[in-house]
Amino acid sequence: MFSFILRRLGVLIPTFFGITLITFALIRMIPGDPIEVMVGERTLDPVMHAAAMKRLGLDQPLYVQYFDYVSKLFHGDLGASLKTQESVWKEFTTLFPATLELALCALVFATVFGLLAGVVAAIKRGSMFDHGVMGLSLTGFSMPIFVWGLLAVMFFSVFLGWTPVSGRIDLMFDVQPQTGFMLIDAWRAQLADPDINAGAFKDAVMHLILPTVVLGTIPLATIARMTRSSMLEVLREDYVRTARAKGLSPARVIFIHTLRNALIPVLTVIGLQVGTLMGGAVLTETIFSWPGIGKWLIEAIGRRDYPVVQNGILIVATLVILTNFVVDILYGIANPRIRHAK
Amino acid sequence: MSLLQIKNLSVEFGNAANPFRAVEGLDLTVNQGEIVGIVGESGSGKSVTMMAMMGLLEGQGRIVADQLEFDGKNLLTISARERRKIVGKDIAMIFQDPMTSLNPSYTVGYQIMEVLKVHQGLRGAELKARALELMELVEIPAPKSRLEAYPHQLSGGMSQRVMIAVALACNPKLLIADEPTTALDVTIQAQIMDLLVNLQKERNMALLMITHDLAVIAEVAHRVAVMYAGQVAEEGVVPQLFRRPVHPYTQALLSSIPEHSKGAHRLSTLPGIVPGQYDRPKGCLLSPRCPHVQPRCRDERPAITPHQHGAVRCFYPLFDKEAS
Repeated sequence: MFSFILRRLGVLIPTFFGITLITFALIRMIPGDPIEVMVGERTLDPVMHAAAMKRLGLDQPLYVQYFDYVSKLFHGDLGASLKTQESVWKEFTTLFPATLELALCALVFATVFGLLAGVVAAIKRGSMFDHGVMGLSLTGFSMPIFVWGLLAVMFFSVFLGWTPVSGRIDLMFDVQPQTGFMLIDAWRAQLADPDINAGAFKDAVMHLILPTVVLGTIPLATIARMTRSSMLEVLREDYVRTARAKGLSPARVIFIHTLRNALIPVLTVIGLQVGTLMGGAVLTETIFSWPGIGKWLIEAIGRRDYPVVQNGILIVATLVILTNFVVDILYGIANPRIRHAK
Repeated sequence: MSLLQIKNLSVEFGNAANPFRAVEGLDLTVNQGEIVGIVGESGSGKSVTMMAMMGLLEGQGRIVADQLEFDGKNLLTISARERRKIVGKDIAMIFQDPMTSLNPSYTVGYQIMEVLKVHQGLRGAELKARALELMELVEIPAPKSRLEAYPHQLSGGMSQRVMIAVALACNPKLLIADEPTTALDVTIQAQIMDLLVNLQKERNMALLMITHDLAVIAEVAHRVAVMYAGQVAEEGVVPQLFRRPVHPYTQALLSSIPEHSKGAHRLSTLPGIVPGQYDRPKGCLLSPRCPHVQPRCRDERPAITPHQHGAVRCFYPLFDKEAS
């Protein structure tokens, strides 16, 4: 197990270099530099432009800039935003809880309903439910987030008026960010000051529902399909027949003997969804004006804020890689055949 | 009264308009303390019969029978919940491939203790002690450490011993062994067979042995049913059936054993294969392959008729031939 972890960690090093190189190159391929974007349509004095670029260190050849960037990384320096002069790490940690809250809710939503739908579809294979779930999941999987998100807002928020259109909480509530998780903060605010903040928690939940569903749709569809096919495969196994021959209840046969083994590939898929969620968060947060990492990165790209884009993406990528790493270890725990392998 | 009584059992697969009868008009009785063998080629319906009886077909096959009784309980009308109280407890089954019949995600101990927990409500130290006792019973060396082992850490023979321990956990009245030694090494086959027969004697339980190994049946079984294409071709008590087979199919099966064709240059064979869904003959199911076939055999299906030592499904059983 220990050497397994070491080997997995060894693979990560080239991955990190790849990420730094790609983000560094991509952001510079977009026409316009930070100064030009800042000035906008006004005419820019070339001398001032050159001076500003020199101040930011952007007049150096690209390889020098890249070397400078990586060597700073090695010293733990993630740089500062060109706009706010605030350190990237600080901005990230301030905004991250919002994204994490949304992503976690979406992941829980997708996992619970995806597993449930997949298991029932597999047990009732060929039924209306099976066809319905599989058809819907194909639709959900193929629907771009920006289309689905906007449709959902138009229908549920604007037409039906069930949920708020955007944001994390209504402005009438006085909620101080303490943990950064709106559900927790709103709950605490409600307890601390029941007169002003009555209903704050419910309002936070209402704000969260639609983004959660929109962001969770693709992972849900993926998990449901994977669970179904994995369940169908395991249901045909000899040991499931053994379980039935033992006279076990259908629930025991399904959940203890079938699902446990069917979960192994599903677990990997759930781990991979963390990447999908981070990518989806960028769009979802933009649609719902959710003040998280996704919206932050989109805005940083818009103003060519090189340090924020480079290091923001690096941090997010690191989180995705670490999650997959944890999933790999969980995979070993779920599957004794891997755990015991040398 | 017989422990297991099956009369005119049929199992159909496929749609109602064009069904495939995997088992057709099968009669079988098993008494307490008896070893009954079921032999037949692949696809003759041996396993399907047992799966149907235990309710393991999971709605895939349609089961029709005049009688399907175990220990006085009608398995046809019983609810699924009632059936689960019998299956795994009073009727236990072990399967062909022990390596895939154990769940890879749970320890051997868990899988043995699970039956004890579900059927006998054992808990805690008592449960563990009983599991250890069972592992000793099936002669698993170092049972204490094996309790924590996963199936992939066991050999095929060890896995089959674990399967037997699971099956015997609740002292079943009937143990069904579906080709219990086919997937094992030859040396291990004999060990497992000995173990099964000894346990059967010790506990006076009924043992229903499904196999295509005639030598095994000849050695251990009291009675045997020879199946062909979903029907019982011949049924009888053991030494007589092997000494004087009266059905042409049984005779062909016996003469295809190497020991029976000593001196012959070529091993005797029966040309052709068991008829499947689309090539079932109108008359006797064996008629296309039977060396003694008569015109009547091609037009009519024979019924199973009792004789001195058993029963046979043939218009022209080979009594005279054997006597001469």
